[in-house]
Amino acid sequence: MDDDVNAAVALAHRRDWAQVLATTAQLTRDLDLAEECTQDAFAQALQTWPRDGVPARPGAWLTTIARNRARDVLRRESAFRRSMPLLVDDTAVPGPEDALDDDRLRLVFTCCHPALSPEAQIALTLRLVCGLSTAEVAHTFLVSESTMAARITRAKKKILKARIPYRVPAPEHLDERVDAVLEVVYLIFTTGHAAPDGPHLIRKDLIASAVGLARMLHLLMPADAAVSGLLALMLLIDARSATRFSSEGRLLLLSEQDRSRWNTRLVAEGVSLLTDALARRPPTRYAVEAAIAAVHAESPAWEDTDWSEIVGLYDTLLRLRPSPVVALNRATAIGLRDGPAAGLHALAPLEAEPALAGYGYLSAARADFLRLLHRWSEAALAYEEAIALTGNDVERSFLAARLAEVRARLEH
Amino acid sequence: MTKYMILIYGDDQQWQAMTAEQRKAHAAAHDAFTAKAGAAILGGEELEPATVATSLRSDASDRVTITDGPFLETKEVVGGFYLLEAADIDEVTALASLLPEVHHGHSGVEIRPVVDHG
Repeated sequence: MDDDVNAAVALAHRRDWAQVLATTAQLTRDLDLAEECTQDAFAQALQTWPRDGVPARPGAWLTTIARNRARDVLRRESAFRRSMPLLVDDTAVPGPEDALDDDRLRLVFTCCHPALSPEAQIALTLRLVCGLSTAEVAHTFLVSESTMAARITRAKKKILKARIPYRVPAPEHLDERVDAVLEVVYLIFTTGHAAPDGPHLIRKDLIASAVGLARMLHLLMPADAAVSGLLALMLLIDARSATRFSSEGRLLLLSEQDRSRWNTRLVAEGVSLLTDALARRPPTRYAVEAAIAAVHAESPAWEDTDWSEIVGLYDTLLRLRPSPVVALNRATAIGLRDGPAAGLHALAPLEAEPALAGYGYLSAARADFLRLLHRWSEAALAYEEAIALTGNDVERSFLAARLAEVRARLEH
Repeated sequence: MTKYMILIYGDDQQWQAMTAEQRKAHAAAHDAFTAKAGAAILGGEELEPATVATSLRSDASDRVTITDGPFLETKEVVGGFYLLEAADIDEVTALASLLPEVHHGHSGVEIRPVVDHG
């Protein structure tokens, strides 16, 4: 019974936290108070549900409790609060199309407002929209809980003092603001997918938060191609998550993964979203990245990968969003299409790219091509360089194994 | 409504080096901003260059010293300001984006909410 209730509360937390907090904030016009009342409502659920049973509509139950609690506080503090500036003041401004009139969207757009620093945007989104505790958010970014608490407090203060509105942006700004939100969502996902430091390469909670956010955005903005593209991309990458490690915890390359264990349900969902996203012109950055992931997902074996298609997609991506990292991926794909010598040749101009200096993946890509060309001593040097530049333990041990392999060849 | 200070920062030398033509365009852009912001503007001025600024500080014994020049020795200095009233930050950034300084490489603006002593 208790396990069932705990599971029900956990499910409600995942599914309804954002809605409860966002609806409460609409009433309190104060994110701090809304957060406190939301937390109280979940605490009360843990007490009440074992006794009275799980309500038929947990989200509605939690919202009622949180809003009642907020009303009590507001009544008690009304004199004090009247003199304080209000967080929210969207009544004077006509809202966008009704379809976008949703409290959760207001909350997301507030948390991902460009007037907040990127770190603050991510922290606020994880705390307020995804409902992670401050300790969990701190853990994600490898900072102390007090540092993260201070960061979140500072961000809330900025929202209040600079009057960042609790509002879905006007249609003429919607695209750029959606981009800003997607940037945050994707950063949460990539942080979860390849935790930059430490012993774990994957943080499942962050991946779940990012996918949950994208699902919510897609539900609320089904016609937005950028949102569909990003959700497709994350699902297609996540579909491979079960096969990224060997049973001993070693990182497995795409070429080594057991494709029969890829999650076909996620692949199918990703491809269907992608088809929709690619139908729009011009395609968005995420849709093109999702298309690259889809080529892998739909290829029965590594040897069957359509590298020409992938190089073409990277060309498109470079036009949409020129970046040294995309150029690096394109060069790697050329090597896989035309052979390691062509790959090295394609990597060469990137060596001078300042943005890639100190980027471990460049050294690792060069090391791989050198290894395939049997240029053992150069390969060993490049692997050493890649190891020195990589902070993630799992990736480091992968590179170390490659280095040992190359050194063994050297001694023969 | 909240009061905001828009501080205009830039390189004095580049402002001084503007041609008559550029000055005219610059003034026209400020007029467009003023027209658009209308009654929201509570005040605003263009400042004389930082080369004629005077700064005051005091030493450990609280003796005030007067020095020639701006408070901070930076290439970008405050060249002017607007004080305006708006509903939220989005309204201010939309208006401030009209200022010509935002569109020149050497200059930009900083928006600071004013403390409400209520």
